[in-house]
Amino acid sequence: MARLLDVRNLETRFYTQDGVVHAVNGVSFHVDEGETLGIVGESGSGKSVTVLSIMRLIPSPPGKITNGEVIFEGRDLLKIDEEEMREVRGNRIAMIFQDPMTSLNPVLTIEQQITEALELHLGMNHQQARRRAIELLKMVGIPAAEQRIDNYPHQFSGGMRQRVMIAMGLACNPRLLIADEPTTALDVTIQAQIVELVKRLRDEIGMAIIWITHDLSLLAGLADRIIVMYAGQVVESAPTADIYRNPRHPYTIGLLQSIPRLDEKRRERLAPIEGLPPDLIDYPQGCPFAPRCRFAVERCFEEDPPLEKVGPEHEAACWVKPVGQEVLAAWRAAVLES
Amino acid sequence: MDTQRASGNGHTQTLIRVEDLRVYFPITKGIIFQRHVGDVKAVDGLAFEIKRGETLGLVGESGCGKSTTGRAILQLYRPTSGRVYFEDVDLTALKGEALRRMRRRMQMIFQDPYASLNPRMTVGGIVGEPLEVHGIAKGKEKQERVQELLRVVGLNPYFVNRYPHEFSGGQRQRIGIARALALNPDFIVCDEPISALDVSIQAQIINLLEDLQDQFGLTYLFIAHDLSVVRHISDRVAVMYLGKIVELADRVELYENPLHPYTQALLSAVPIPDPDVEAKRQRIILEGDVPSPTNPPRGCRFHTRCPLAMDVCREDPEPEFKDAGGGHYVACHLVH
Repeated sequence: MARLLDVRNLETRFYTQDGVVHAVNGVSFHVDEGETLGIVGESGSGKSVTVLSIMRLIPSPPGKITNGEVIFEGRDLLKIDEEEMREVRGNRIAMIFQDPMTSLNPVLTIEQQITEALELHLGMNHQQARRRAIELLKMVGIPAAEQRIDNYPHQFSGGMRQRVMIAMGLACNPRLLIADEPTTALDVTIQAQIVELVKRLRDEIGMAIIWITHDLSLLAGLADRIIVMYAGQVVESAPTADIYRNPRHPYTIGLLQSIPRLDEKRRERLAPIEGLPPDLIDYPQGCPFAPRCRFAVERCFEEDPPLEKVGPEHEAACWVKPVGQEVLAAWRAAVLES
Repeated sequence: MDTQRASGNGHTQTLIRVEDLRVYFPITKGIIFQRHVGDVKAVDGLAFEIKRGETLGLVGESGCGKSTTGRAILQLYRPTSGRVYFEDVDLTALKGEALRRMRRRMQMIFQDPYASLNPRMTVGGIVGEPLEVHGIAKGKEKQERVQELLRVVGLNPYFVNRYPHEFSGGQRQRIGIARALALNPDFIVCDEPISALDVSIQAQIINLLEDLQDQFGLTYLFIAHDLSVVRHISDRVAVMYLGKIVELADRVELYENPLHPYTQALLSAVPIPDPDVEAKRQRIILEGDVPSPTNPPRGCRFHTRCPLAMDVCREDPEPEFKDAGGGHYVACHLVH
């Protein structure tokens, strides 16, 4: 598959009164044409800042992209001028956000919000744009689209608003759709509707997707590949099956052990990750996960491990790289004993 | 309801009994002469009981009335009608001092640890306040008790003079739990206690709640929208839809053998962290949104979204909430 997006060594900092926040620290990953990449991480892990950096939507000041390249369709997005970037944004790369309540403009009708992009990027006249907008609303499953298009956002429920957001995102047939926790604010039955919708549209349109979430369960049936982020770094990257079956970074292992499963057979005690994520202002030396890690050795506190190959498409940033089911069992036992 | 029902680990004595509980919030029109034009029927006829020492999970989507139920049991909202018995005392009939005395025995843990702690009070003040209000301990004795409580929830006792903003979300939730434990309650309503926390912190709090239950013999009503967590922590689980319980059963029974189409859809919508399992799963995708609780559909209130709805479901009366065998309660015409 052809490479669509290549992010290399991305680094984003926020210069605040309290100090420099190391939000993204040397993140590298890629997305191929038509592929779905999942990015999983907790709040503060840098997943949203990473994609906002790609879109060059970091508020500056205080934010600044201090290093890296974002190669999209052969061009470095960090080097092109603002005018060219506007051509990319919403046209080649579209984004949908977590909160459909605040990301739609409350004083414009749905029609005005969708047709804006169509008229701007595709040069359609008003009539054409309206027709296309109705088509898009039908595609994302909004009933009575011909009438609903003249409604305002407050007349839609949360799930319906997220559908409108997706319709707006798809308006210009983007090659890449970035979804930043699009279902976090929604109920689980509505989440299932939205996930099914995005999967269907992906197969119909053939776009690539970056899906950001804190919910590792959600990605199991959705992503082709997953990267796990912690403290502004990619700590593990692998095809979806490997992340769940053969995780190699202690943080990924810890996450999988600490979530209860809907299909759990016996009630087993959860094995939480103790401690807290690091302070991104006072960024730790060595591996950022080391203070919470059960496998940490001396080296982990001194030197930050690079991402290293552990399988054909599988990388982990860890000096120890624990492996195998016995290790998982030993981890559980150790956690539960303490 | 059948009081013989055995729950997971043989709890027999009933602590909380709810009978036909209704909570309506009036909708009014006009500024001076407020005309009553309708009601939001947040809770519309619930009956269940909670055994001493058990955890009853209450799940449902936002707006289904699960938080209102928790608050109405504690009399934080006075029910529009119905009865709530604590042991054999009818809480809805109590007022003033008599109610206050009962309140010692039931507490609540809130969802948002950022909003539920007073930012101007120290941790010592927050955790010690109930002791003072109920005249249980003062001065040095109170201080000692507060430090003891902090130790119990896994916080450093030296934190007493710090303020909430100095703590992370997980630690704040521990402070809220310490406060709830201060009066040695029998019963705690946990209203989405982990949904505001990060994934790696959630497990810490779940384990803490389980430990405290074992240690102090607590009874929980655990309200959550995360079905995996509810399955993990509960003995029995009740599923709510639009102000009513549609199904209630032992945790294993409910998850392995859901009878109500809504429960089936809800369970099928929850992702499982295993790509092999996910590849084989059949999802039931519900159409549309939850109807408004001001004017719930007639007949079965789920019929507008139910993939299996029959003619009888669209007509009054609503299906009865009945035992389908072995304490598995369900309100559905397909079953009865």
